[in-house]
Amino acid sequence: MSQTTEKVRKTLARRYRAEKRFKAFGLGAIGIGLMALVLLFTDIIGKGHSAFVEYEIQLPVTFDAEVMDVSDPRDEEQLNYGNYQGVIRDALADRFPGVESRLDTRALNQLVSTGAGYALRDMLREDPSLLGETRTLWLLADDDVDLFLKANEKQREDSRLNEKQQAWVAELEASGETRMVFNQSLFSYGDSREPEQAGILGAILGSLFTMIVTLVLSFPIGVAAAVYLEEFAPKNRFTDFIEVNINNLAAVPSIIFGLLGLAVIIGLFGLPRSVPLVGGIVLTLMTLPTIIISSRAAIKAVPPSIRQAAMGLGASKMQVVLHHVLPLALPGMLTGAIIGMAQALGETAPLLMIGMVAFIVDLPAGPLDAATVLPVQIYLWADSPEQSFESLASAAIMVLLAFLITMNTLAVILRKRLERRW
Amino acid sequence: METAQQLDKPALGTNDAARDKAINEQAAMTQDTPYPDQTVGTPFVDDPKMRLRDVEVFYDDNQAIHGVSLDIGKNEVVSLIGPSGCGKSTFLRCLNRMNDTIDICKVKGSLHLESQDLYDPKLDVVELRARVGMVFQKPNPFPKSIYDNVAYGPRIHGLANKKYDLDEIVETSLRKAGLWEEVKDRLHAPGTGLSGGQQQRLCIARTIAVSPEVVLMDEPCSALDPIATAKIEELISELSESYTIAIVTHSMQQAARVSHRTAYFHLGRLVEMNDTETVFTKPEHDLTEAYITGRFG
Repeated sequence: MSQTTEKVRKTLARRYRAEKRFKAFGLGAIGIGLMALVLLFTDIIGKGHSAFVEYEIQLPVTFDAEVMDVSDPRDEEQLNYGNYQGVIRDALADRFPGVESRLDTRALNQLVSTGAGYALRDMLREDPSLLGETRTLWLLADDDVDLFLKANEKQREDSRLNEKQQAWVAELEASGETRMVFNQSLFSYGDSREPEQAGILGAILGSLFTMIVTLVLSFPIGVAAAVYLEEFAPKNRFTDFIEVNINNLAAVPSIIFGLLGLAVIIGLFGLPRSVPLVGGIVLTLMTLPTIIISSRAAIKAVPPSIRQAAMGLGASKMQVVLHHVLPLALPGMLTGAIIGMAQALGETAPLLMIGMVAFIVDLPAGPLDAATVLPVQIYLWADSPEQSFESLASAAIMVLLAFLITMNTLAVILRKRLERRW
Repeated sequence: METAQQLDKPALGTNDAARDKAINEQAAMTQDTPYPDQTVGTPFVDDPKMRLRDVEVFYDDNQAIHGVSLDIGKNEVVSLIGPSGCGKSTFLRCLNRMNDTIDICKVKGSLHLESQDLYDPKLDVVELRARVGMVFQKPNPFPKSIYDNVAYGPRIHGLANKKYDLDEIVETSLRKAGLWEEVKDRLHAPGTGLSGGQQQRLCIARTIAVSPEVVLMDEPCSALDPIATAKIEELISELSESYTIAIVTHSMQQAARVSHRTAYFHLGRLVEMNDTETVFTKPEHDLTEAYITGRFG
């Protein structure tokens, strides 16, 4: 055996140990990341899953014309001012006879959500012949009742319901007069002060409009800037200066963009507050650096041989860019744009500054209607005192995460699909 | 570590010695035979296609080409040979102004394609490149179909108005490049799916599809295997019937096989230009002889 082999052998063990250590570090890092992810998901799903269902209470309701003060259900004005709480109160009183004191009556009336009245109105509008009839209906339970029904034995001790209310609800539950249904209001309403009536549709629409504005503004501007800087700009101090500042822009805290939006877009140009249009413009400023930087990287990655081939055939600069560079760089640009969009979708701070944090019940119909966005809605709910909002916030986080995961998956799929090999 | 170095030393030493020897030889050669003020041989011809005089190229302050003058005759294949870094590719790229894309590159001298001054500020470089096509070292088909690769040039220059005309141009070009039989059934398959040699012939087809007068080839076979190389060389000979060709090559056999005249470049100067046969059998300049006999390169 030669001297070298011996020497090499000696070092081999050490090299392999170092390699193992190196691998272990990598695995450890991935493990920590995965653990954080699992923790996050279990916590959010654990808290949020109950918000996707809600409880209803069965009651025989009489559509009494006198109590409701509605003589003609076809008259919209009468319908809107009808006293539906009255008939629900009567129905509750009939279901639990012997509740006499004012305090107890009020406690009893709290079992049903105030939103149930609107449901009755809508029913009456649909079918005017209901007037004077009695129907056995499932009515939305109040959020405290909802929480009580969802809770286990131990948690029920901490319920906000008083003892009598607990007894009533337990009675309804035992006799099968409560049922669990899918929480439709979560996906069909805007925000509300009442957790059982609060939904995220308003925030989803707000986010959607904001994202559309952001995409429409930032993608063309970002790509145009990247193409100019990469392909046409002369290499001089001025372009270096611009490049440095684009990188600086990427590092600016997002709330600064919010302040800028407030001062310039709302203050100077007089656009309305709280609207997705302004939100989109502000998020465009924030997303632009991401798109420009990733687009430039994508353009740089186009092999120079392709450019030379096109130029050698006599293609003009613009033809080279339009026919060859852009199509080849597009997957990278789209990936950058989607990642930038995902960033913007999760952005809260700048939108707080331009008033998208307002309490808005109505669903926005366009980018010029006041709206809020998903992350801000989460912030608002997480900040609310009612316990039910906690699970609502988690549910909204789940929806937001679903959107983010969809967008990121889309980015990966697009890249795979459009990627051309040469 | 120490042992490893010790063990390595003998081998390194031999290499060094060999390299030093080669460098010395080269230096001695250069000393003994200083650059001629004028190129030896016959760089000029009557009624040239391209007339190039006192061409100088600078990269910033670095002069890459020193006063090169030569002619490229009509339907002639001229090969440019010389050691790496001698400026032959740089010189070739002046001929269709591909050097324009390099900001720091400056070209001086008088370069004419027939009566057209190549560096006339009024000349549209797009028009020039339609007349002087180029084939590159590495096959670089567009990531498009074979058909679109060939049709790209005619399309951007508006050479064919009807689909029928375009089809014809594509077929003729592919036939001239000797690729038609191999690809006629898969014209719409991606050009990048062809083998290296086929890709290079596709690039040649793409270049001649715009009917250039001159075709520049920058080491077109250096990335190909011998069989593909042979095919390209055969193709070059055929193409010389209708085109003027300037080819840069590292293979002296190739230069000997395909070209009518050969120019030998050394450190940015044109040392010798003569009939290919003369260059390879009776070189006039010692540097040329040293290069073609393989004493350095």
